Amino acid sequence: MHNQIKTSRRQFLKQSAAIGGGLTLGFYLPGASVATAAATSSGAGAVGGALPGTEVNAWVVVRPDNIVVIRYARSEMGQGSSTAAPMMVAEELECDWKQVRMEYVSVNEHIRRQRVWGSMLTAGSRTIRESQDYLRRAGANARVMLVTAAAERWSVPASECVAALGTITHTPSGRKLTYGQVADAAGKLEPPKDVKLKDPKDWTIIGKSLARFDIPDAVTGRLRFGIDAQLPGMVYAAVVQTPVIGGTVKSVDASKLKGRRGFIKVVPIESGVAVVADNWWRASQMAKDLAIEWDDGGNGKVTSASILELLRAGLDQPEAPVARKSGDVDAAFKSAAKIIEAEYYTPYAAHATLEPQVCTALVKNGRVDVWTSTQNAEETLKQAAATAGVAPENVEVHRMQVGGGFGRRGSSQDFVRQGVAIAKAMEGTPVKMLWSREQDTQHDFYRPVGLYRLRAALDAEGNPTGWITRIAMPSIDATLLKVQLKGGIDRSAVDGFGDFPYAIPNQRMDYAQRDTHVRVGFCRGVGQSQNPFARECFLDELAHAAGKDPYEFRRALLAREARPLGVLNAAAKAAGWGKPLPPGVFRGIAVTEPYGSFAASVIEVSVSNAGELKIHRIVTALDCGYVVNPDNAIAQTEGNAAFGLNYAHHSEITIKDGRVEQSNFNDYVMLRIAGMPKVEVVLVPSGGFWGSVGEPGIAPITPALCNAIFAATGKRIRSLPLKNQDLKKT
Amino acid sequence: MIKLTVNGKPRTVDVEPEMPLLWVLRDVLDVKGPKYGCGIAQCGACIVHLDGKATPSCVLPVSAAAGKKVVTIEGLAQGGRAHPVQTAWIEHQVPQCGYCQSGQIMAAVALLKRNPNPTDKDIDESMTNICRCGTYQRIREAIHAAAKSMPHPSKPTKA
Repeated sequence: MHNQIKTSRRQFLKQSAAIGGGLTLGFYLPGASVATAAATSSGAGAVGGALPGTEVNAWVVVRPDNIVVIRYARSEMGQGSSTAAPMMVAEELECDWKQVRMEYVSVNEHIRRQRVWGSMLTAGSRTIRESQDYLRRAGANARVMLVTAAAERWSVPASECVAALGTITHTPSGRKLTYGQVADAAGKLEPPKDVKLKDPKDWTIIGKSLARFDIPDAVTGRLRFGIDAQLPGMVYAAVVQTPVIGGTVKSVDASKLKGRRGFIKVVPIESGVAVVADNWWRASQMAKDLAIEWDDGGNGKVTSASILELLRAGLDQPEAPVARKSGDVDAAFKSAAKIIEAEYYTPYAAHATLEPQVCTALVKNGRVDVWTSTQNAEETLKQAAATAGVAPENVEVHRMQVGGGFGRRGSSQDFVRQGVAIAKAMEGTPVKMLWSREQDTQHDFYRPVGLYRLRAALDAEGNPTGWITRIAMPSIDATLLKVQLKGGIDRSAVDGFGDFPYAIPNQRMDYAQRDTHVRVGFCRGVGQSQNPFARECFLDELAHAAGKDPYEFRRALLAREARPLGVLNAAAKAAGWGKPLPPGVFRGIAVTEPYGSFAASVIEVSVSNAGELKIHRIVTALDCGYVVNPDNAIAQTEGNAAFGLNYAHHSEITIKDGRVEQSNFNDYVMLRIAGMPKVEVVLVPSGGFWGSVGEPGIAPITPALCNAIFAATGKRIRSLPLKNQDLKKT
Repeated sequence: MIKLTVNGKPRTVDVEPEMPLLWVLRDVLDVKGPKYGCGIAQCGACIVHLDGKATPSCVLPVSAAAGKKVVTIEGLAQGGRAHPVQTAWIEHQVPQCGYCQSGQIMAAVALLKRNPNPTDKDIDESMTNICRCGTYQRIREAIHAAAKSMPHPSKPTKA
């Protein structure tokens, strides 16, 4: 099945006007009222409090007015899951989408109800992939219960009743009852076992471009992010953290703050000091006037150059844990007609969420309330409980819209520990702790630095017969998650190499772990944001060495890999690969298999004699199996192109004297609209699996771009970011 | 005491004259639409209209807004009707996380006020806000759509 979807704007509007219901301003959004509602409630913010109705099951609440409240357990940070996940429930529920409202579940109730809503982790583009089955089942179970309740009221067999658009009809008699009329009775029934889910061909909601729930409030300023939490009597905290990562405070002199307007308190926190004042600006000004003596923890001499030497030693060590091995690689190299070798480098990169890290907390009477932008509300709750020293049952986490997550607000939760520690020192008073942009840039968990050595053996016809990869990179799993690496392999460090799709008979891929004091974490795309640069550009080098077209070269090696081949062909076709381009414009191509999906890009560039790069066009083909909300999948892939261009061209965190050198958007530069080329997204959902859309589009961008630059200039880019490269024609 | 007009309402604030307008709006007047992103007028998340002109509020001392009219995203809709730029933003499903969008919309409204029919180049030059989610393509489309939808009898035609 190769069902090509192209959503035209007109088609989208028609559907969203008919089905979305979100086009009118003032659409209800739970997050908007969460802070005020919870601030006045002393109990654990009850689920359904804002939208009372009958809970048919944990995911479905039906109100007497037939409004269907579908609960959402993960976070919303722009990826669209707070609309897509309810779509999965609604599909099986047979309700009217116009009557659906979304509600965040209470994290506290989640803990009390034995984690009835499953994982709350919003990372790795996993929300749909991981929860599609139980969400669809929740919808189907609720539908069966509602139909059963109606049938019992009529004393007819349930098999004579059908449900559609929130109404149950007894087919023989034509009698009707709405979901709202039978919800009370349905909620008392035993949930059915083994309900059959719909055949994908019968879907009416999944696969439609529906307007997102949160957008109307985003354009009126009503959407409430973590930074917007507002509580009566609230005070504000600004922080100063150790300039050398891993350092500690030796002494603090706060004498300059005494008597300053609005000054309240200085509080020691994890890795630094917080100043509490009556507004954030005053707190942030006072933070600059603290005299702090630091212990650099022994890392005060580390530089980007010393880190590079550490990685190089990783490349040079004789043996390393093997992630993938096939055939007889040594024999392949012995009999090679030609051997190609290259090294690639990717720098540290920061998440740079536009909303800096923020946490508002109130510690009072053995209870903790936290309002924050988090990608893992359950972990937020646990860490808040541990920091305050209360039982998890006495903590509530009030979910706010996340002002960009990209992996920063998932596993680390450092901002939550800090916010709760400050609130504990201010017991009884709510405190909003906000990082400055400078603190955010310099205290991230960065996308790791990476050094790659690649070697390939070609036979006399230019076919690759052997491929060796050595990756030297810090381990996120070992340092952030603190888990024992399985076989010495960090999962994300080898992502894209461990599951290499090309038919090359003899391979060895190994990994040299090299950790530094610079904290690393999951940054949007993770391994797939950097590894494809090395893999797909080196593959281009092989095509060039073999004198073959880079698209045809890949096609031949992917002949038995239907899905990678499918997106490769779709991107090439949409871009018109092989057709003439305007003078001076050149193409590059790359294909990847990120996050359970498949993505390929063709990028067109020109490079002036002075070395000025212009990107004319990006075409990305995405196969995510089933598409839930096509317009959102397109939007994510457009955004992924921008994210990929940032990684490729701008993003670089450097270290000097153990410190991060960049501090704000003047020196950690971001793509702006003027640098955004036209992006065309081709969805080619092949069905049969649930892939992802939040990150895959990032993976092919950097290599397709660098391959296009090679086509234009003959210069092979092996080190990022591009801003450091001289593209002048020589 | 500093007097200013915020979204049509006269307000008086007792703060330091050098306190940036952004923090007066957010922490003193509870107007949360303008966002903090950088504090150095680089990202545009804090853009408001000062006497009709798009202005980054994070570096503007509140004393410089004294006696002036400040309009934030909250004050854009008139008589309960969304501004055509807001409508275009919804129709094109522009926002992703949404954090930068107040500033983007305020910048776009100001652009269309001075240039009712902007070219792509005009957009590139005046829309310098950062969107980390990368919604730029839809921002561009939505500005063009809003330009078309806005009634403007004296709309100048581009040569």
